[in-house]
Amino acid sequence: MASKLSEVLAAAKAENRAALIGYLPAGFPTVEGGIEAVNALVEGGCDIVEIGLPHSDPVLDGATIQTADDIALRGGVRIKDVLHTVAEVAAAHPEAAVLVMTYWNPVDRYGVARFAADLAAAGGAGCILPDLPVEESEEWRKAAGEHGLDTVFVVAPSSKDHRLAEVTAAGSGFVYAAAVMGVTGTRAQVGNLAEDLVARTRATTELPVCVGLGVSTPAQAAEVASFADGVIVGSAFVQRILDADGDQAAALAAVRTLAGELAEGVRRR
Amino acid sequence: MSENDYLPGAQVPDARGYFGAYGGRFIPEALVAAVEQVAEEYEKAKTDPAFAAELDGLLKDYTGRPSPLTDVRRFSAEAGGARVLLKREDLNHTGSHKINNVLGQALLTKRMGKTRIIAETGAGQHGVATATACALFGFDCTIYMGEVDTQRQALNVARMRMLGAEVIAVKSGSRTLKDAINEAFRDWVANVDSTHYLFGTVAGPHPFPMMVRDFHRVIGVEARQQVLDRTGRLPDAVVACVGGGSNAMGIFHEFIPDAGVRLIGCEAAGEGAETPRHAATLTKGDPGVLHGSRTYVLQDEDGQTIESHSISAGLDYPGVGPEHAWLKDTGRAEYRPVTDDQAMQALRLLSRTEGIIPAIESAHALAGALELGRELGPEATILVSLSGRGDKDMHTAAEYFGLYDSEGK
Ligand SMILES: Cc1ncc(COP(=O)(O)O)c(C=O)c1O
Repeated sequence: MASKLSEVLAAAKAENRAALIGYLPAGFPTVEGGIEAVNALVEGGCDIVEIGLPHSDPVLDGATIQTADDIALRGGVRIKDVLHTVAEVAAAHPEAAVLVMTYWNPVDRYGVARFAADLAAAGGAGCILPDLPVEESEEWRKAAGEHGLDTVFVVAPSSKDHRLAEVTAAGSGFVYAAAVMGVTGTRAQVGNLAEDLVARTRATTELPVCVGLGVSTPAQAAEVASFADGVIVGSAFVQRILDADGDQAAALAAVRTLAGELAEGVRRR
Repeated sequence: MSENDYLPGAQVPDARGYFGAYGGRFIPEALVAAVEQVAEEYEKAKTDPAFAAELDGLLKDYTGRPSPLTDVRRFSAEAGGARVLLKREDLNHTGSHKINNVLGQALLTKRMGKTRIIAETGAGQHGVATATACALFGFDCTIYMGEVDTQRQALNVARMRMLGAEVIAVKSGSRTLKDAINEAFRDWVANVDSTHYLFGTVAGPHPFPMMVRDFHRVIGVEARQQVLDRTGRLPDAVVACVGGGSNAMGIFHEFIPDAGVRLIGCEAAGEGAETPRHAATLTKGDPGVLHGSRTYVLQDEDGQTIESHSISAGLDYPGVGPEHAWLKDTGRAEYRPVTDDQAMQALRLLSRTEGIIPAIESAHALAGALELGRELGPEATILVSLSGRGDKDMHTAAEYFGLYDSEGK
C-alpha cells in the first residue's frame, strides 16, 4: 500500500507539476495560532506540511526559525502540543500529508517507539530528522516502519555519490535535497548546486526528490519545480508571521497568500 | 590501539565512535563528508612519523613541554596532609592545556589543505590557543564566544583580537559555551569546503572525542612518569575538572589500566547541584544527544537542553564528552560536584599558600583535591590537573573577594 506521502507526491506528478511543501514550527506564535497557520498553508495550496518541533538548540536553523522556536518554547510548547498540532491539521485536511521535522534528541528522550506510535496515531505521515544520519537511524526506521511512517532523509551538495546511494536506500516518501550548504533561511538565489544534486540523487533512486533550503519566492519555486518533484519553503512563511507582529489575522492572510503564489509557481515549470 | 583495551573486551571507541552506549556521530548530512575527512586524515596522521615529529617539536619548543610537576606542601596541609602534586598545564604557552589539542588539529588542518579555522570558546583559553596557532600557521580565524563569556573573560577577547582573530559574540540562548558551539556548527555547515572546525574538547561527533583525547594524552603520559620518578609509586587518585572533559581525559587516559588509581572528575555545581543553577552534567543529567554525540545532557522531559550555570565559563556547559559518560557508567571514574564557592575558596588558598593563581576551572579540581585529601589522609598522594592559569579570572575574583579599592569598581 502506498503511503500517504507517496500518494500526495504521485498526485502532483500526475498533474505534471511539482508538489508544494510548507514548513512551520508548532506552537508559533501559540499552539492554537500555530494550528491555524498550518491549516492556512494547506488552504493556500501546500500539498504537504512539515510541522517543526521547536528545539532549544536548533543548530541547522538560521535566525528566522531560531526566533520562531524561541517564541514557541517561551510560550511553553511541549511535544504533546506538536502531536496535537499534527492531529488537528490531519483531521482538518485529510488530503494533505503531515510530517514532523525534528532534531533527534526530543524523539530520543520521548522514546523512539512511543514517538512513532503517537505520531502515527495523530495522523502523521512521517518524519524528517535532519541531525540523524543514516548510520544512527536503525532504531527509528524500525519503529517508523511498524507504524507506517515514512522517514525522509536529507542529502546535501557535499554528499558524495556512494553516500547518496546509501542515504536514498534507507529513506522513504521522498528525498530532501538541500539546495545550498548552510542553515535554513531565505536566500536571494537558489544557485546551481541544487540542480546538480537532484540529478545525482535521481541516479540512485526512484523516490521523488524535493528541494529545500533558501527557497522563498514564486519565481524560485518555479525554477526549482523545473527539475525537482517538490519545492520546500519554510523561513519565508515564518518571516510572514514574524512580520505580522502579533496580528494573527494578518499573519494568516499573509501565509495563505504566499502559499497561493508558491502553488502557482510550482505549476509554472 | 592496544592501550585502549583497558576494560575486558572493550575497544574504545569502536569503529563508529562509541564508548559503550555513548558517542557516535549525530550530524547533518552536509557535514558527513567533512567529518569523515577529519577522521581519515587523523588516521593517516597517526601513523605518519613526520606528523609525530612535527607535533613533538612544537610541543617542546613552542608550548614548552614537558610541563612540570609541582609539590605543593603548604596547600597539602589543608588537604588533610595528603601529598598534592600539580601537573602544571598552566605553564604551557597561552596558559592552559588547550594548546595541546590545538596544535595537533592545526597540523591536521594544514594536511587537509584548508585555510580557515573556526572554534568555540567558553573561558577563552581554547579561543586564545586557536588564535595563536592560526597566527603561527597563517590561517584565517573566527572564534565564537557567548556574549556572557565575552564579558566575564574580556582579557581573553582582547588576546584573541591581538592575535588577529575575529571574535563573534553569540547572543542566542544562554549566551554561553553551548550557544557558541551551535553558532560554530552553523558556520561550518556553510563554509565546510574551506574551513576546519577546531573543536576544543572531548565532545562532538566521532572522531573528535577520541582525537582530542589523544592530543591531550601527553598530560597523563608525562605526569604518570613524573609521579613515579618523584614518589616511587603511582598516585592514589588523579583529580581534574570536567567541562567538556578534555584536560580530564588527557590526564586520566594513561592511568585507566592502573586499577588502584582512582580517577575523579570535578564538575561545576554552581550554586549547588541541588539548585537549578549548576553545570553538573554527569551528576544530574540524563543520556541524550547534544552537539553530535550521545552522552549525559542536562535536559528536560522533552529533550530540550536546560541552561547550565557556573562561575567558571569553561565549565558552564550542559553536556560532557562521551568517554566520561562511559567511565562513569562503568564505575572506572567518579564525578563529584564542586560549587562556585568551594572553587573560589580553593583558588584563593592556592594563591596564598603556593603563589600560584589557578584558573577558576582548575580551582574546581583543587577543591576536589582538598575534599579527597581530608578523606584519604596523610598517606595519600593526589595528582591534580592544574589545567590553566588565572589571569583571565582576575576580574571575577576581584569582585568575588572585594579586591578592588572601594573607590574603584
Ligand atoms: C583552564 C581550563 N581548564 C578546563 C577547561 C574546561 O575544558 P575541559 O573540560 O575540556 O578540559 C577550560 C575551558 O575553557 C579551561 O580554560
